[in-house]
Formats: sequence, structure tokens, C-alpha cells
Amino acid sequence: MTFVDAVRPAAVTARGWGWRHAGRPRPAVSGLDLDIGPGERVLLLGPSGAGKSTLLHALAGVLGDSTADAAGSADAEDSDETGSLLIDGAPPRARRGRAGLMQQDPETQVVLSRLGDDVAFGAENLAVPPAEIWRRVAEALDDVGLGRLPLDHPTSALSGGQKQRLALAGILAMRPGLLLLDEPTANLDPAGVLEVRDAVGRCLDKTGATLVVVEHRVAVWKDLVDRIVVLQPGSAGDSAVLLDGPPDQVLEQARDMLIAAGVWVPGHVPATRARNADPRAGGDAAAGQSPAQLLLAAEGLAVSRQRPRRTGLLTGFRTVPPEPVQSGIAAQVRAGQALTITGPNGCGKSTFALTLAGLLAPVAGAVSATTELSAGAGIDPYKWKAQQLIARIGTVFQEPEHQFVTGRVLDELMFGPRHLGRGEERVDELLERLRLRDLVDANPYTLSGGEKRRLSVATVLAAHPQVLVLDEPTFGQDANTWAELASFLSELLDAGTAVVSVTHDAEFSQVLGGAELTLGAPQPGLPGQPGRTTPGVAAP
Amino acid sequence: MRDALTLRGNEALLTRANPLAKFSGVLFITVALALSIDWVSASVALAFELLLLPLAGLTLALLWQRGWPLILAAAAGGWSTAILAADHGRTLLDVGVWSISEGSLQLGLGFLLRGLAIALPAVLLMSCTDPTDLADALAQQAKLPHRFVLGTLAAMRLVGVMAEEWQTIGMARRARGVGSHGSPVQRLRATLGQSFGLLVQAVRRASRLAVTMEARGFDGAQRTWAQEATFSRLDAWVVLGGVLIAGAAVAAAVGAGTWNMVFLGQQ
Repeated sequence: MTFVDAVRPAAVTARGWGWRHAGRPRPAVSGLDLDIGPGERVLLLGPSGAGKSTLLHALAGVLGDSTADAAGSADAEDSDETGSLLIDGAPPRARRGRAGLMQQDPETQVVLSRLGDDVAFGAENLAVPPAEIWRRVAEALDDVGLGRLPLDHPTSALSGGQKQRLALAGILAMRPGLLLLDEPTANLDPAGVLEVRDAVGRCLDKTGATLVVVEHRVAVWKDLVDRIVVLQPGSAGDSAVLLDGPPDQVLEQARDMLIAAGVWVPGHVPATRARNADPRAGGDAAAGQSPAQLLLAAEGLAVSRQRPRRTGLLTGFRTVPPEPVQSGIAAQVRAGQALTITGPNGCGKSTFALTLAGLLAPVAGAVSATTELSAGAGIDPYKWKAQQLIARIGTVFQEPEHQFVTGRVLDELMFGPRHLGRGEERVDELLERLRLRDLVDANPYTLSGGEKRRLSVATVLAAHPQVLVLDEPTFGQDANTWAELASFLSELLDAGTAVVSVTHDAEFSQVLGGAELTLGAPQPGLPGQPGRTTPGVAAP
Repeated sequence: MRDALTLRGNEALLTRANPLAKFSGVLFITVALALSIDWVSASVALAFELLLLPLAGLTLALLWQRGWPLILAAAAGGWSTAILAADHGRTLLDVGVWSISEGSLQLGLGFLLRGLAIALPAVLLMSCTDPTDLADALAQQAKLPHRFVLGTLAAMRLVGVMAEEWQTIGMARRARGVGSHGSPVQRLRATLGQSFGLLVQAVRRASRLAVTMEARGFDGAQRTWAQEATFSRLDAWVVLGGVLIAGAAVAAAVGAGTWNMVFLGQQ
């Protein structure tokens, strides 16, 4: 066997191509005609359901039956392919190693537990000789900016942005002519997004490989691509490609359509409901003078996800508190006011929010509820029973699926009120307000990303908590869901609910207003930086 | 939990030995100790093993941290043997149905020491062997199918990820009003629900990981190994060490007249 070291950019040709997933009545893609020349960089846009991911998976040769042979002859029995989709004139499955795919969830882009082994994995599978593999590994790690880490660095210790760059290195070590990125930055914070985008740009400049990227934050990729293709959901007779051309031209032609489809179009901030100028306007005259009702306060708080550890026989089974990721935090949560928690990656923002929400025990210091909030349940939210907790503090997790407890949207919404022995009026209101009425019988796991987010907010609010805590509520959301969520929360705030959100999204915190708590970088072994609260939200 | 699966910071000599060599060394000791229940052979082996701890980067405290279930199990086995075994010799303690005699105490002590002497090498082996190195050796040298070995290895990495996910799901469900408080039945139901949530996430993650691996060409029949698994002179010493410890234990027991083949019955 011979090994071509230089990257040969790949060409993609689709002729009337379509794909129906097994068990689905309608095809995910149909009638796709598309030519992508070697070295072209294409951003793929379109509403959800337009088959963008399906196309990327097909190009990566991972669609259908994974046990089918590499010749591409056998597909899964129940799925259905029409027309042709070719890389350099051959089916993707026959072109193993010509295309490299990066997906959304950083945790599943890592295969092995040591940095060097993980990068080598793809090249090993392509039977590249070991000496050549290590040369490629070193080069790829340099190219993605991870070259300074030792080869046996544990991959579990990497941040999300680093994991995605590691995945890119693993792909580069295969020397693919086609890079396929499926929402590669949707789960990352703003710093991570730029890290990954810039690494991709550098590698493309160096290798000249072809790029196809799916991402709904257009501004991130616009300057890196030279062509935008807009797909539309498949229906017989229509062409799958709605628009195709240089980025500026397509964005101008399709601006309204893209905005309507929830794409983040550069220079467009979705319209949201404004907060009332004075959150307490319309109340009694004295309200303007006194601060809003205090509900929850943190004092000298140190937080960690680890539980206290018991030492061994020789040291007498002492209980050792875990090393806090952040300490000395003070914060106040008041009715009708927003509190935004920001700070660099890994500084313990979510850990703090979960501690404030009574889900984690404080390592040191205390979270105390005022009698206004506790209503007889005691001062420490961590000691409340689950049912006492949800009626007082509601927490919306970053991953909606973690919170689903039933198999039907309506049951999901009724779950809280039923356990609290409450009526259903609130559920009805939420169904209407968060546009879930048509989905009442659906299984929560089958909803789209935006629908899952709306449902997870609604289920928590159904228990009518006075404090709402949200962990990165806008991560990976399209512009429509974003605007709906921001408007809805602004309404809740004006109605007197306190909203605490962990977020990197400056525009989102701007809509909510209120105070911002910035946590410093974690400093293991030292007392953590006390949090800094600033009134109002700093400009982005 | 996740760090327990890697050898971060452990630079001890035995981490550089081939996993298969370490495994065969351990096997010799285990077989020798499985042949006889007597306290001499077990103590001799145990003494040598304790001397080897530093070579695996272990301290007594770390040993307890990683191996306490095995150590407690050995202790429990020894104690129950001492009180339940058929008595012979002078009676030392008699509390109703439980009695401890010289004979049963000796047998119990033998059980305890033997349990420890068999458990310790296993803890030692795990503490100085990286799972990735083990997989390399199993696939390249023991010739196990690489798809099976690497698939298992990648899945093991996910186990660490899922352990963190378990905690998150527990909190996420408490935030929905499903508490770990309440009656045992309620707790059981809560745990079952949480397990189901974890299962759903595990399946999703696993299928995404499978796509990642397939997209990196994992379905090919031919494959090279960046890290070639080899045997070195160190590995000869490791195997020899296992043989010597096993031999010393047997020789000492035979010499002291306590050698007691389990298959031949009491002598």
C-alpha cells in the first residue's frame, strides 16, 4: 500500500439524491442536485427537518446499516436511498478516510482516554504505518493548537472547545479531502466557539480541503466559507436546494426566509418583549423606594460537585470535605429581579447555581431562604423535600432530556401539579403560552431541540416556583426559540418571579436586565476569588 | 471516578511492564495459593507482595482506598471460618453455637491471609496498568479481535462519563419533584426512574460514539497500531518474580509442614 501524504481536496456530486430513514414515512432529503468542487467551503443552512445532518452523515459514509460492507452495496433493509451521492465519483462508503465528520456533542467525539492515542485512532484504522502516524499526530495537534499538551494527557480533562479541537486533530491525521462539521460549536461557550472556528480555518488554509459545515449561527462561519447552500424540507417535485451562491448574496436574498426559519442571520437580533422600565411600576407608591422582596441569599458560599469523602481505616474514617471549585460567593435573589451568573469555563457557575437551587450541599457557607420563600419549610433549601423544593425553586437543566420523567408531553406538564395536589389551570396557560398545545400526546424524547427546551421550562414552571434557576438556557437554540424564551422570562420577571440564569449570552442577559455576578477563574488549593456583583449588565 | 481509570501521575516501574506479563505473574501466585489453605504459604506471598507495593506506585493508604472491599471480604471470610469451621484442638472461646478452637482459628487465619494474598496482586495489577495498554496487548499479542477490544475500551471511557451523568440526572429529577426521600418503595421507584433516564442517555451517547468511530474508519479489516505492544527484559523479570514468589510460598509451607493441598483433603 502507498500513503499519499498531501491532502487531495475532494469533490461532491449529488444527482436526484434522496434518503428515507428506516421507519419514517417521509424522506429526510429528496431530489438533491448539488455539485461541490474540490477545495470549496460551503455553509449548509435551512430549517430543522431539511435534512442537513442526514446529508453530512451520508457523505461521511455512516448512514444506514453500520455492518454493511465498505463497498457501499448493501444498505439497511428498511431505509431507502434514491439517486446518487458521490465523493470523487464513488459512493462515500467506498471512500473510507476521504471524509472526516465532527458532531455536536464533544463528549462523544473523543474515543480514547489519552490525547495521542485518540488522535492516532483514525490513522490506525486506515492502516497508516506507525512512524507516519506519530508524525501526523504531532502535526495535527500543533495545527489545532493542542501541541503543548503531553501525548498522555487525559482526554477527560479537556474543556468542550478543546475536545472539539482534539476531534479535529483526529480527523486531520486521516488526511481527509473533505471536512464535514455537524453543528460543531452548538454546545460550546463563546470562547470555545472561536477556538474551534479558528482551528478549522487554519487547517483549511493549510490543507486546501473541501468543507461542508452545518450551523445556524451564520456570523461565526460567514467569513470562512465562500458559498452558502440553503436546503428546504423534502417534498416530491420540489428541488431540495432552495438557494445557492456567495454568502452575501444568499443572505440578502433569503434574509426574511432565514429569519423566519430561526437562523441566526448576522446583524439581526430577534425582537423580544422589553422589560417594564421599573419592575415594580404599578405597585404601591412605597415600592419604588424599598428594594424588592429578598427570597434567597448565599453567604460565604463554597461549592463543589464532589461529595465529602470518608478516609480509610488508618486515619480513623474522618470525613474530608471536597476541594471547592469556587468559594466566598455572596449573592441575593429578589422577587421580580434577574441575576445573571457569568465567568470563564470551569469556574463553577453551574455548580454555584445548583447549590443555590438546593440541589447540591454547600461545602462551606450557607444558602438561606427567607420566610417569604420557605413558607414554613425551613431555612436550608438543600434539606427541603423534593416536593417542597419544586413549589419554591424551579431549576431548568442545560440538557432537557435529563429532566423528562414520563413518556408524554401532557403527563410531563401534569407531573409537578399532580404531586403537589394542585389544579391544572397553570398547565393550560403554559401549553398555550409556550406553544405546546399541538404536542400534548407526543413523546418528549422525540421533540426537536427548541420544543424540548420550551417543554423543560414549562414543566418546571407548572409547579409555580417563586425562583427560577436556568443553566445555559440558550445554548444551541435557534433564534426563534431564543426570542420566545427571552420574552417569556421577561414576562415572568415582571409578574414577580425571580430568575437566576447561568449564561454566556450577553444579549440574553440584556433582555432580562438585573444584576450580574461574575465568578473568577478557579484556583485549586487557594481560597477562590469572591464573586463580583455589578448592578446592571455590562455591554457585550 | 474518571481518574481512577487512568494512571495519571503514576510513574512507578511496573507501569512500564507489559500487561500480559503482569497478568501471568499474578496468575502463578494465584494458582499456588489456591492449592493450599495454610497460613505459612499465604504469609510468605503476602510479605513479598507488600514489598512490591512501591514498584506499582501504591502506598498502604492508596491500597485501602482502592482495595477495601476485597480486604473486608477477606477479613469476613477469615472470621466466619474461625467461628464456623469444625473445631479441633483446645477451645479458646465458646459462645453458644459459635466456638473458636485452636484448629478453627488457624484455619480462619489461613483463609484471611490467603484471601489477602490473592486479592492484593489483583489490586496491584489494576493500579499499574492503563486500560489502553491492556487493550493494545490483548489485541496485538493475545490476538483477540480488535473490534471487540477497542469497542470495549471506548465503552469503558463512557462509563466514567455516565458516572457523572448519574449525579446530574439525580439532581435534575429532584428538580422535577422526584426525591430520594420517602418510603423504601418510593426510593426504589425513584432509583428505577433515574436508571431509565441514564439508560436513555447511555444509548444515545453510545450510538453517537459509534458514528464517530465509524467515521474514523473503524469498520476496516486492516489496521495498524501506533503503539506497538512488545515484551522487554522487564517483562521477563515480572514473570520470573511471580514464579519466585509462588515457589517461595510453596517451599516455605512444605518446609514448615503446613502444606495442605485442598484437593487431597485434610491430612
